[in-house]
Amino acid sequence: MTATAESPAAELGRARTRKEDARLITGQTSWTDNMTLPGMLHMAFLRSPYAHAKITSVDVSGAKSMPGVVAAFSGADFAEEQGSLPCAWPVTPDIIIPPHPPMATEEVRYVGEAVAVVVARDRYTAADAIASIDVSYEPLEPVLDMKTALDESSPKVHETGNLSYDFVFPTAGDIDAAFSGADVVVEREFRQQRLIPTAMEPRAVVASWLGDDVTLWSATQIPHVLRFAIAAFFGIPEQSIRVVAPDVGGGFGSKLQVTAEEVLAVLISRRIGKPVKWTESRSEGNMTVHHGRDQWQRIGIAADRDGRIRGLKVDLLADMGAYLMLVTPGVPLLGAFMFPAIYKMDAYSFRCRGIFTTKMPTDAYRGAGRPEATFAIERIMDELAVELGMDPLELRERNWIKHEEFPYSTIAGLVYDSGNYEAATARSKELFGYDALRAEQAERNSRADSVRLGIGISTFTEMCGLAPSRVLGSLAYGAGGWEHAAIRMLPTGKVEVVTGSSAHGQGHETAWSQIVADHLGVPFEDIKVLHGDTQVAPKGMDTYGSRSLAVGGMALVGACDKVIEKGKRVAAHMMEASVDDLEFVGGRFQVRGDPEQGRSIQEVSLATFAAHDLPEGVEPSLDSDATYDPDNFSFPHGTHLCAVEVDTETGMVKIRSYVAVDDVGKVVNPLIVEGQVHGGLAQGIAQALYEEAVYDDAGNLLTTTMADYLIPSAMDLPSYVTDRTETPAATRLGVKGVGEAGTIASTPAVVNAIVDALRPLGVSEVVMPCSPERVWRAIEAARGSAAGASASAADGGGVTGSTVGHAATASDIAGSDGGAA
Amino acid sequence: MTQIKMTVDGVSYADEVEPRLLLVHYLRDVLGKTGTPIGCDTSNCGACTVLMDGVSVKSCSVLAVQADGTEITTIEGLANGELHPLQKAFNTEHALQCGYCTPGMILASADLLRDNPHPSDEEIREGLEGNLCRCTGYENIVRAVRRAAQAGAGQ
Repeated sequence: MTATAESPAAELGRARTRKEDARLITGQTSWTDNMTLPGMLHMAFLRSPYAHAKITSVDVSGAKSMPGVVAAFSGADFAEEQGSLPCAWPVTPDIIIPPHPPMATEEVRYVGEAVAVVVARDRYTAADAIASIDVSYEPLEPVLDMKTALDESSPKVHETGNLSYDFVFPTAGDIDAAFSGADVVVEREFRQQRLIPTAMEPRAVVASWLGDDVTLWSATQIPHVLRFAIAAFFGIPEQSIRVVAPDVGGGFGSKLQVTAEEVLAVLISRRIGKPVKWTESRSEGNMTVHHGRDQWQRIGIAADRDGRIRGLKVDLLADMGAYLMLVTPGVPLLGAFMFPAIYKMDAYSFRCRGIFTTKMPTDAYRGAGRPEATFAIERIMDELAVELGMDPLELRERNWIKHEEFPYSTIAGLVYDSGNYEAATARSKELFGYDALRAEQAERNSRADSVRLGIGISTFTEMCGLAPSRVLGSLAYGAGGWEHAAIRMLPTGKVEVVTGSSAHGQGHETAWSQIVADHLGVPFEDIKVLHGDTQVAPKGMDTYGSRSLAVGGMALVGACDKVIEKGKRVAAHMMEASVDDLEFVGGRFQVRGDPEQGRSIQEVSLATFAAHDLPEGVEPSLDSDATYDPDNFSFPHGTHLCAVEVDTETGMVKIRSYVAVDDVGKVVNPLIVEGQVHGGLAQGIAQALYEEAVYDDAGNLLTTTMADYLIPSAMDLPSYVTDRTETPAATRLGVKGVGEAGTIASTPAVVNAIVDALRPLGVSEVVMPCSPERVWRAIEAARGSAAGASASAADGGGVTGSTVGHAATASDIAGSDGGAA
Repeated sequence: MTQIKMTVDGVSYADEVEPRLLLVHYLRDVLGKTGTPIGCDTSNCGACTVLMDGVSVKSCSVLAVQADGTEITTIEGLANGELHPLQKAFNTEHALQCGYCTPGMILASADLLRDNPHPSDEEIREGLEGNLCRCTGYENIVRAVRRAAQAGAGQ
């Protein structure tokens, strides 16, 4: 049944303002921290001041005796029931997944790890009482540098050593031949700094038991995964657990987690028989919300003199932090698929080692593995272009997959279903004024302008719409990648839509209404979208990996189809017509060739509710649900161009213009799509210029506040020029993901622009974040070295760049053995 | 405990509070005015911005006792029968996604437009420098404030 394809597409593509906004702009919100329950108590955690130490004793008696304190516990008090926080992604058969108790019992392994908890009448009393807990530690050596963590002499984070896993991707093609036969080999080592995701809403949790049943409200992206995890790993029957994600103030991956505080709230509330709440402070959050990125990336590219890429080798060190959390080990491996990006090549190898350090665990942060890959490939494409003396756009064009070559099987084993890199690049160049800016750059370079102009390019793609379940299975991931939707046809003709994708700013209520309005022919205003409560939306895989529309949207279309199928039988009976003679057009079941004869879906809905005269064998309900498992990922792409002005005397970088032309396939709501691109750009630019989680030599996090960790303000970001090309994905909706594209694309565009500006001065690398100091030091270092020689930034721990004319030094980059995938 | 009185969104309140109680906790936990959220502890993010006697303040950096005798306007009291032009403009221009920074962003914008009814884009960005948003990249917030200014929000 494909009648919906014939319906007028009134809503899809329309820039509807959002349904969500009415509450949010008037303060009628349901943030978890807003919640108050009768008898509710407040939790506060005492956290480790040491990066690595043995706990020799914990005495909570001082806190317990304070007025207003109801209870105080150490990790030992929950040793029998707190278990271990789950890791759902054992990426290799021999991966080390150390125990991760929600509250430390014997040893602490990062600053901020929970050691004890106070439960008190109010949040001030709880915070006061924390100071009265007495903990004795025996300090141990911290492990802070991934590069030396694997040395024999290094202290160990866990007894099993500091290597969690060594993952080798199945090598494609003859990598040694590609490198030994190439005219040019370029090698680089790039640093992906550690980032703090920083959703504006801090984490908050409320847990409440009623008999044997528990309700957990949490500022989470993943109510369904969380419910499953609590059941599977903490011994509470799944049917007794309700998880609610009320209004959630942003996530960006940071709320894709099963946290210590969520688990402990459930256990502590059960122990004391009262509802408990915990809301983190920002400094607590910076220390203990999982961090993102943090990799050393060694990458080598081999090419012919005419620019054709022969091979690519990647060898990563990825900082896991102290423990493996929900998808910690898998994040860098998502990049394994994406280093080859949009380019054709003969051979590819990838290796990644996951390293333990005494820092906060890393995990998914907007883009999760793909920004890292995109940065490295787009940076080294610029370096290769320099080595070949080619325009960097021309080099890209020579190697990218042509639009007529789709679907295309990539060297990394993906099948890109669609794309048109030529169209996006042409549009981007036009909006940017590429040729004029290149001319201005040449003129300014010729007179040695003290403020240099640089042009940065990022012709990116990414994989999202996570994910085909069979692929997840082949990667040893612990769950599937489907999504669920349900439609409930109400007697009055209104519609309830239930989605398993839990929104936290993405605008599902609006976009889902648009899809259903079109497919069922009901007014946009008559549709209510429900999500984020496992009692209301019992099935789902939640929101991350730019999956909601590409996967959840398709589930919704499937549910609409079923409603129409059911409605058709009722309508045929009402009209005394044959089901086969009916078509569904614009919300009406009508006789083909005689559109006057028809019944609206609302009339059919009421008749079905009344159930007085239904055809035999038809149940009195049009309600339907559908679960969609994608066949493939979705592959948004685009061309981003960035122009920067770099003051060579101060190191200050100013983004002069930023053009983003994205291809996210068909668009449901252009207003929402543009907003997602804007926000993505901001976070990608922030990685390039501003943000870095910094630990000192003792393992203390120095960037615990927003004064130290530089979330950019409106003054720190440019105005963006955005546009789209539209190459539909090979699915019925034709949509691709958009949530992460801007973040993935923009970081290399900015850094490429900075390096391009400074290349005449001999600079070939600036370490992120490209602060004025780092840019200035890179310039000074280049000035200090021989004229014309390539130079590298002085700080940042030894990032090196080298360019060699043949293959000899590239052979040690990545192994070429068969993989463990 | 200290006796304080203040008017919040047109309603007068009198309470005994601890001298250390933050205004934002007084609003949220004592009065139940949960429209004003908390985003940081260091007055960097501006999510908790309210108007105190018409001037924007970060309510995490004001003690409740310091607000004694003042008139507070929160996001819950900004609409006057109909939505404030800034509220409308934030919706029209899609200037919010998760919405957590929005109350502070709107109230800071109200103060900005009171000072400067027709700001340039650069002046809007500068005026909102103390309010952080992690979702929108600010582009649409600038557009919304510009739209509200054109609608006379600052007059």
